[in-house]
Amino acid sequence: MTFNKNIKLFSSIAACLMVIMLILTGCSGNATTPTNPTTIAPTTSATIPTTSAFSGTITESGSTTVQPLAEKLAGAFMTANPKVKVTIQGGGTGVGIKAANDGTVDIGAASRELTKDDPVLNKILLARDGIAIIVNPANPVTGLTKTQVRDIFAGNITNWKEVGGLDKEIHVAAREEGSGTRTAFQDLVMGKDANGNAINISKKAILQSSSGAIMQVIKGDPQAISFDSFGYVDTSVKALSIDNIAASADNAKNGTYPVVRPLYFLTKNQPAGLVKAFTDYCQSASAQQIITQEGYISVQ
Amino acid sequence: MVCASLSFIILLAIIIFILREGLPAFSKIGIFQLLFGTEWSPTNNQYGLLPMIVGSLVVTCGSLLLAVPMGIACAILLAEVAPVRVRQMLRPAVELLVGIPSVVFGLVGMLVIVPTIRQIGGTGYSVLAACVVLMAMILPTIISISDDSIRAVPRKYKEGSLAMGATHWQTIWHVLIPAARSGIGAAVVLGIGRAIGETMAMIMVIGNAVIFPDSLLSPARTLTGNIAVEIQYASGTHASALFATAVVLLAFIIILNTITMNIFKRGISGTGNR
Repeated sequence: MTFNKNIKLFSSIAACLMVIMLILTGCSGNATTPTNPTTIAPTTSATIPTTSAFSGTITESGSTTVQPLAEKLAGAFMTANPKVKVTIQGGGTGVGIKAANDGTVDIGAASRELTKDDPVLNKILLARDGIAIIVNPANPVTGLTKTQVRDIFAGNITNWKEVGGLDKEIHVAAREEGSGTRTAFQDLVMGKDANGNAINISKKAILQSSSGAIMQVIKGDPQAISFDSFGYVDTSVKALSIDNIAASADNAKNGTYPVVRPLYFLTKNQPAGLVKAFTDYCQSASAQQIITQEGYISVQ
Repeated sequence: MVCASLSFIILLAIIIFILREGLPAFSKIGIFQLLFGTEWSPTNNQYGLLPMIVGSLVVTCGSLLLAVPMGIACAILLAEVAPVRVRQMLRPAVELLVGIPSVVFGLVGMLVIVPTIRQIGGTGYSVLAACVVLMAMILPTIISISDDSIRAVPRKYKEGSLAMGATHWQTIWHVLIPAARSGIGAAVVLGIGRAIGETMAMIMVIGNAVIFPDSLLSPARTLTGNIAVEIQYASGTHASALFATAVVLLAFIIILNTITMNIFKRGISGTGNR
């Protein structure tokens, strides 16, 4: 039968594979490869910065929260400097930090504070981003304390009546591990217990791998609660006030809203030349205006 | 010949790539810890795949329990019971169903099945929702292959049975189905293959929580879902652990294919003995 032949063939292939495996295990060094490269076509919408003598290429990769903003800023910068090409890539904060430190990109993007575990890099504060605690509009609860939010996400509070709502089970939804939004939420809201151990988001929480999917969950389920970047929140969901402070850009800017994270550009050294021109532009008034338009919080 | 060797080379390249990326995780985490660890928390350096392995198995078994009886019943209807005109309408419909992209199944699941299950209890993002969606996805495969194999049973079997005074149903149940069993078995195994490999629709309806599902209404995560949900932000050991997930998945598929081969083999010799 041919099947016996196939099995023989298969076992010899398997044997070859074992050998190849052994050879390859030695060389598994894996460079950071950011995903989804996008080269931005120049747009004409933004105010034109005065510099125009520059030419060359700038590469940026990292946080996907920063990505849409960086694309807008890069587009405006390229309109003003037609000889400059700025390439924006995603990959996540972890990739941004690693790539900037390795020197594989000119600028890395991070959507959280750098910790002592991260390499020391030059930080350029680009903007701030609030994280809203969101529920379905049908939910009568309008605000929670930070402690209540922590207890809900840790799974200690499981019924809405315990926080002044209906007698219904709370459905917690969160982003997946590694997401910058989740990491920031973890740091800013969940924090650590008395022994210094991180308080984790309940394992029973529904996990979704994008901001859009989180919005979908909240829109569809009157008992659900989750968190999402200010930039994504719209009127189809309700953002809760935290400690009686409404989740608004103004409150985030004046520092009263407690769940705000920084968005950074990271460079290995002090930026110079073309890179400096771009980062300077990003901190200029006209760039900060774009930042406000995009739903993020200007740092000026 | 060239095409055949090309597909073989591609397969080889994929296997080598997955192993190369995944093996550091096996050596760093340990194969036992990886396969039987019950905690998956990359930020805390815990990489246990057991909840996902269980998740994949539960969802696959659940969808098969729903799809196999229904699929075989539909195949009997199409092959033996339905009038020719009904068959001519139903058969293309079933075949069309195979071609619908999985994300569409996921979308329907998310917007129709999940809210329905939420009425029963829990968040709706659950093992049950995943089973129902998967059932709809593997049903057409099972129906069309079972239908083909029932119709491929030599006509003399049926005629002989009827001539001996058996009713139509007795003939179907005691002659046609046993004679077609290798084809039906192959249909089921192909269904299992699709169920284990399904990713997008699963992510959309299963809730992706890394826990052992304790009821049909509990969320869970599958092996494929684990890779797709987390690869975007993964780096270092985390990324390697996701490739290790792919290695486990590959092992599943190889085992499955071996079983398929055996079923075919037994089927052929079985028919030969008759």
